[in-house]
Amino acid sequence: MEISDIIRPENKVYSAPELLDEVHMHYCPGCSHGVIHKLLAEIIAELGITDRTIGVSPVGCAVFAYNYIDCDWIEAAHGRAPAIATAANRLWPENVVFTYQGDGDMSAIGTAETIHAANRGENIVMIFVNNAIYGMTGGQMAPTTLIGQKTATSPYGRRVDLNGYPLEITNLLKELDGTCYVTRQSVHTPANVRKTKAALKKAFQNAIDKKGTSVVEVVATCNSGWKMSPEKANEWMAQHMFEKYPLGDLKV
Amino acid sequence: MKGNEAIAHAAIRYGCDGYFGYPITPQSEVLETLENLMPWDTTGMVVLQAESEVAAINMVYGGAATGKAVMTSSSSPGVSLKQEGISYIAAASLPALILNVMRGGPGLGTIQPSQADYFQATKGGGHGDYRLIVLAPSTVQEMADFVGLGFDLAFKYCTPSMILADGIVGQMMEKVVLPEQRPRRTEEEIRLQCPWAANGRKNGRKRNVITSLELESSKMEVINNQLQEKYREIEANETRWEEIDTDDADYLIISFGSVARISTKAKELAAEEGIKVGIIRPITLWPFPSEAIRKAAQGKKGILVVELNAGQMIEDVRLAVHDALPVKHFGRMGGIIPSPSEIVEALKDKIINAGSL
Amino acid sequence: MKTEIIAAGFGGQGVLSMGKILAYSGLMDEKEVTWMPSYGPEQRGGTANVTVILSDERISSPVLDSYDIVIALNQQSLDKFAPRVKKGGILIYDTNGIHKHPSRDDIKIYPIGAMDAALELGNTKAYNMIVMGALLEAMEYKIPMENVIKGLKKSLPERHHKLIPINEQAIEKGRSLLK
Repeated sequence: MEISDIIRPENKVYSAPELLDEVHMHYCPGCSHGVIHKLLAEIIAELGITDRTIGVSPVGCAVFAYNYIDCDWIEAAHGRAPAIATAANRLWPENVVFTYQGDGDMSAIGTAETIHAANRGENIVMIFVNNAIYGMTGGQMAPTTLIGQKTATSPYGRRVDLNGYPLEITNLLKELDGTCYVTRQSVHTPANVRKTKAALKKAFQNAIDKKGTSVVEVVATCNSGWKMSPEKANEWMAQHMFEKYPLGDLKV
Repeated sequence: MKGNEAIAHAAIRYGCDGYFGYPITPQSEVLETLENLMPWDTTGMVVLQAESEVAAINMVYGGAATGKAVMTSSSSPGVSLKQEGISYIAAASLPALILNVMRGGPGLGTIQPSQADYFQATKGGGHGDYRLIVLAPSTVQEMADFVGLGFDLAFKYCTPSMILADGIVGQMMEKVVLPEQRPRRTEEEIRLQCPWAANGRKNGRKRNVITSLELESSKMEVINNQLQEKYREIEANETRWEEIDTDDADYLIISFGSVARISTKAKELAAEEGIKVGIIRPITLWPFPSEAIRKAAQGKKGILVVELNAGQMIEDVRLAVHDALPVKHFGRMGGIIPSPSEIVEALKDKIINAGSL
Repeated sequence: MKTEIIAAGFGGQGVLSMGKILAYSGLMDEKEVTWMPSYGPEQRGGTANVTVILSDERISSPVLDSYDIVIALNQQSLDKFAPRVKKGGILIYDTNGIHKHPSRDDIKIYPIGAMDAALELGNTKAYNMIVMGALLEAMEYKIPMENVIKGLKKSLPERHHKLIPINEQAIEKGRSLLK
């Protein structure tokens, strides 16, 4: 059998999503963003909303998300993505608008925008990638950094007396009447990837159906910032992160 | 109606798509009037009270990014908060309209009128090399008219415009003729007018990305240069000012906004004493009418720049005329408004009787 | 014709709304008008004043040194603005609570008992319309009453239109104080 006998359309079991550009991503090897981008590219195509989807990218590692997924994008100032998404959706109610934010963007500098957009029940999807560290700027402490976790700005480990407690912003958003769906997922195993995809799809469907704000937190790794191998980072996440940020639906 | 109310009516009639704002004295009537008029039921205009000044300007950024005609309004401390967003809007070359009804500062200052945000409005305000088209209304009629003018210029050059009003024009009531109601642009019209907008890549068009980010220096410099070229074009085409009796005068008074009207009264008082004064009122504070001032200043004995601040526009006047003649400043601050006779006295003290430069 | 007026008193006396009704009345009479308020953050109890200019021509400065007509409704305002009535101009003041009366002889001075008249009328809220009645009577430029009623309608919210007859009555009462 020749190789050309094998590479045939009828034998194809998997291909890169159409909306995912064939370019090298700037993310570190082992980073969770690539997997989440792929899922987004898949579900936007599957829901048939490519021509009416607007992504709002953050300041943080995912600032260049607009270089990878083939829909319209607006690049926000740090933390302001929910305000931008609010206007983009209110002015074009048939468009499906999502924000893609990290822990600094969503739960530090943009806390007010996050809470108020969710509280107004904007028909948007907020995707929150929580890796408990500031990756882009070189590994500083995030609001979600765990107690005792070492970062560039908590070199001896996060201390409650100095830095307060890890902020569970998703738990806060769950309490707001404006949110219709709040869930926490991860992408470190194939099974979790499938669950995250289902969660994202449900969230986007809610936006299409104008049900209110959907929040999908993805507990993620930052092996560079954590100074671990990708494999070790996944283990560390399962051991430590899930205790503080347990996976599953918070509000359905 | 009040200047602030005129803004709200004019916005609806222009066919504005969205207003996003946060209440602050002395301009809360803009949002109040809009909420009262409920334009979402008539023209379909979106009106939203944001959670903060910062959110409001970023809503404007988001709306402008989709090609819609959107605006916000605030007063000095609130406009300081908005500077980050204004810088992003300018950098991303988006059209938007921002109203600042100035109050006295710095800090929380006073709610009374001021013109102390001249530097902030005309020299940048936020970070980076950018300019705003700055319109300074002196009447309630101009408050209404500059909404349309501001939007038109913003869309023509894809850059934010600012109406820089003082608290007097915002709070004052005068007769005003409102523009005819225009329909809001249709989706097709917006797509045609703003092919760059991020509003969904319909009909297989390539994706649009609205961003101000470019990490590669050589490319970022190109973007900077393009912005500067645009600013030179605006300077060449859009400079506006009003002159009253400048040909025949010995002295010039230069002031903007409502203060220009007080200066006009001062001119009349001076004429009764045989002092011939001409008035120049810059209507666009940026681009600044430097050439007009330079020409008008020829053969004059001196210029008094009257502003509700410690001396801001005077710097641009001095740049326009260099050391050709004495240029002095007269201003009141803290919400105090000078009377016409005070201006005449200042003209005498600082220019006429001050001797040589 | 150009009439430059300032009305000053305590916040809560209805000075600003009287100015507004006057400006609207002028507007209904096809005049150019300017209404400029000045008040501290304490909108009640503090001092408040309003400049109203009615003119056939385009109005230049809303800020003035002197006035054709000054209306002073407390001692502070009287002290401050009585010297600023133009020669041959008009000063109207409420005698209620005034201990130091003006002494200029180059202007027309009308002391009125507006507060007492309001009490007689049984409606202290109509106080400012009594003052306005006196002003309309004293002013050289006569605004036809029908335009004053139109001005009232324009400046009062619809739900208060039932109060127009009371206001009209108060204006007439104010006029009678000068007659």
